[in-house]
Amino acid sequence: MSELNSKIPEGPLAEKWDNYKEHAKLVNPANKRKLEVIVVGTGLAGASAAASLAELGYSVKAFCFQDSPRRAHSIAAQGGINAAKNYKNDGDSVFRLFYDTIKGGDFRAREANVYRLADVSRNIIDQCVAQGVPFARDYGGLLDNRSFGGSQVSRTFYARGQTGQQLLLGAYGALERQIGLGNVKMYSRHEMVEVVTIDGKARGIIARNLITGELERYFGHAVILATGGYGNVFFLSTSAMGSNVTAAWKAHKKGAYFGNPCFTQIHPTCIPVTGEYQSKLTLMSESLRNDGRVWVPKTKEDAKAIREGKKTAADIKEDERDYYLERKYPSFGNLSPRDIASRAAKEACDDGRGIVPSGLGVFLDFADAIKRLGVDVVKARYGELFPMYKNITNEDPLKTPMKIYPAVHYTMGGLWVDYELMTSVQGLYCLGEANFSDHGANRLGASALMQGLADGYFVIPYTIGNYLSSEIFTKAIPTDHPAFVEAESVAKERAEKLIGTKGKKTVDDFHKQLGKIMWEYCGMARTAEGLTHARKLIQDLRKEFWSNVNIPGTLYEFNPEFDKAGRVADFIELGELMVIDALNRNESCGGHFRLEYQDEGEAKRDDEKYAYVSAWEHTSVDADPILHKEELVYENIKLQVRSYK
Amino acid sequence: MKFNLKVWRQKNAKAEGKLVDYTIDNIIPDMSFLEMVDVLNDNLVRKGEDPIAFDHDCREGICGMCSMYISGRAHGPQHAATTCQLYMRSFKDGDTIYVEPFRAGAFPIIKDLVTDRSAFDRIISKGGFVSVNTGQAQDANNLPVDKAFAEKAMDAAACIGCGACVAACPNSAAMLFVSAKISQLALLPQGGPERNNRAINMVNQMDEEGFGSCTNIGACEAECPKEIKLTNIARMNREYLVASLINE
Repeated sequence: MSELNSKIPEGPLAEKWDNYKEHAKLVNPANKRKLEVIVVGTGLAGASAAASLAELGYSVKAFCFQDSPRRAHSIAAQGGINAAKNYKNDGDSVFRLFYDTIKGGDFRAREANVYRLADVSRNIIDQCVAQGVPFARDYGGLLDNRSFGGSQVSRTFYARGQTGQQLLLGAYGALERQIGLGNVKMYSRHEMVEVVTIDGKARGIIARNLITGELERYFGHAVILATGGYGNVFFLSTSAMGSNVTAAWKAHKKGAYFGNPCFTQIHPTCIPVTGEYQSKLTLMSESLRNDGRVWVPKTKEDAKAIREGKKTAADIKEDERDYYLERKYPSFGNLSPRDIASRAAKEACDDGRGIVPSGLGVFLDFADAIKRLGVDVVKARYGELFPMYKNITNEDPLKTPMKIYPAVHYTMGGLWVDYELMTSVQGLYCLGEANFSDHGANRLGASALMQGLADGYFVIPYTIGNYLSSEIFTKAIPTDHPAFVEAESVAKERAEKLIGTKGKKTVDDFHKQLGKIMWEYCGMARTAEGLTHARKLIQDLRKEFWSNVNIPGTLYEFNPEFDKAGRVADFIELGELMVIDALNRNESCGGHFRLEYQDEGEAKRDDEKYAYVSAWEHTSVDADPILHKEELVYENIKLQVRSYK
Repeated sequence: MKFNLKVWRQKNAKAEGKLVDYTIDNIIPDMSFLEMVDVLNDNLVRKGEDPIAFDHDCREGICGMCSMYISGRAHGPQHAATTCQLYMRSFKDGDTIYVEPFRAGAFPIIKDLVTDRSAFDRIISKGGFVSVNTGQAQDANNLPVDKAFAEKAMDAAACIGCGACVAACPNSAAMLFVSAKISQLALLPQGGPERNNRAINMVNQMDEEGFGSCTNIGACEAECPKEIKLTNIARMNREYLVASLINE
């Protein structure tokens, strides 16, 4: 028996969503105007949700911490968005996209949600094209596709190397249109710091105005969090500098369960770390693996010579190279899924065959593609990516292979939500990367954009109505209600404590230290022993943080160091939960690789004991959280060993 | 590497600002400009001084948030790069570097190097979109688009809304930014039905925000990190002219 009610509709898989929509309760247009919805975050999920709900007639307030909703980090997604259009006539279908996503997630995602995602993927492309998103086209004027990691069909739509940017600008345009029409009130440079609940229902938020530092109260009949992933818990990641877990974490502490926190994605193709000063890692799109071949030298001696600058890639002859992905996974080769490609890179480097001075790097080589297609075709296919790489590294990938290494990129875990995307708190929803829902233990390439937009454009507009239809008699609650006063005073007290600490170490000192702990013990390879040790380290770090952090300036001014400190405080608490979750899951699946559970380097799942979502309930920072299990029931597919060989 | 920095410090929107001298040492050529500022800020915080406030987020040159005016150039000396994609190897050891905010009447300073660029959002809200509600779309391939036009639309759509064009322009004109959006949608059939109102409304809002006029200097194109072309401004002017004739 499942302890959590995931509210999966009855009926055959392919009909569940239609059944749901046909029976969901509706709100009449006159009542929609009176219902207020708060949307926190304006990336793909948040912007599309805010715009779509405003189009329906709800009164929306949208919040983002950046200076404009267009800056959200969805903008940095490069490669593309999946949709089961089967425009290529290559055998794609909704079921196949559904199956690939479930399998890609190593059988740890909920069937009904993923099927719905695959189903609405087709509407997303239609919607975005209608908005004027300039997708790549072929000479007949129709949409072009490419194939992407973990898939054998060509279903990825793209706009050069800037797909996320173009999709986000489409959603941002839709949002700005609603702002212009007065249906959305936009609050930029605002950060949510508390969820307000009244009688068990989410009724608003406390937000910090990042310009003045003042805390402000906002009411909503429902609250939607679309606040992205928590990859920055590792300090170095491909996330934006400001990406944070604060909103989701505050919701967690107010009763929203956190699902599968240990499922993080390490992306195989990032520019390797070069020094201590580094502030972030840069992704090179996975699409490059369509034409690039990954390799390291066969021998440690050659690798050492390259590291020391005595040899270059060109000095290593063809038969002295180990194209290890092609060797180990012949049917998927360089297009193997991310978790598998990342682990293989780590293995090669652990074996002493890394090719950058730190030892942590492998080659991604375009020489064959250039020979086959010509420089111009390769350049056109990857737009910005080659110049970007050259600019960062001072090396030209058209002449010498790229150097890459895995880096933290995406978090599959997030707030637990039911089929309606509602968290375990009534009226509190979570969309996009911030929720746990669709990617199981590993996300396939080009699926994040799909999920963000599916949630925002096509799911929440239906599911929120089912809840708000029973709220039409609830009048807007004045923000002098005791619950708002209480939530604000909690936020204020905490802020004063932080700024008043005036210790010796900077916020970044703590953040970097946390990142090192997480990468070392909760990164690509985890063990019970390491995780147990890590938990202690994180607890100590938390205590030290609250007694020894130094934040300059005052609360009531523009103070980015203070903003950062609040986020790091939450990351530290989240880090501990991730470690607890990783320790609980005595199996390897997807991005969660426990060294104790493997078959010669391949992840060994334990479906008997762990075919469930772990949904953690917060108790207090000093006590263990409570584990709730949502059993994953597979009615339409057979659980099997996930093989890409 | 060692640098002498002259950085614009301004406590808040109302305070007077001034250039303040800093020296910084042990900078590695592979550091980005923002990482250099991180190091400087780290030093300041450890000394108990107020760190320099600056906007930044993705650090991959795509979000458009970073916005420094470096030694007289928007985003610094490197062609076609945002501040976050500018690397210290572009400078000579011992250089004196001036760091200022993007200056324009329509971009009021919030603190130090941080400005308010919300005028851009307000311009987009007047027409930088296609009015198609969620769920109204037909099948994506029902309307083929000439590849050449689609490519040109993409060239214009690459704008990241950073405001370098405004900062670089002696007139503080926002025409490159506005024309990029108008061009993208004018080049695609989806943008057709609203093209006249779009041109008029966006240009009117641009004027209302206090941006200047274009006098064909071309500094915007030269400094644009995404190489948005001046020809977009010509297209916007045509769109505006036609719209003015038709709308009357």
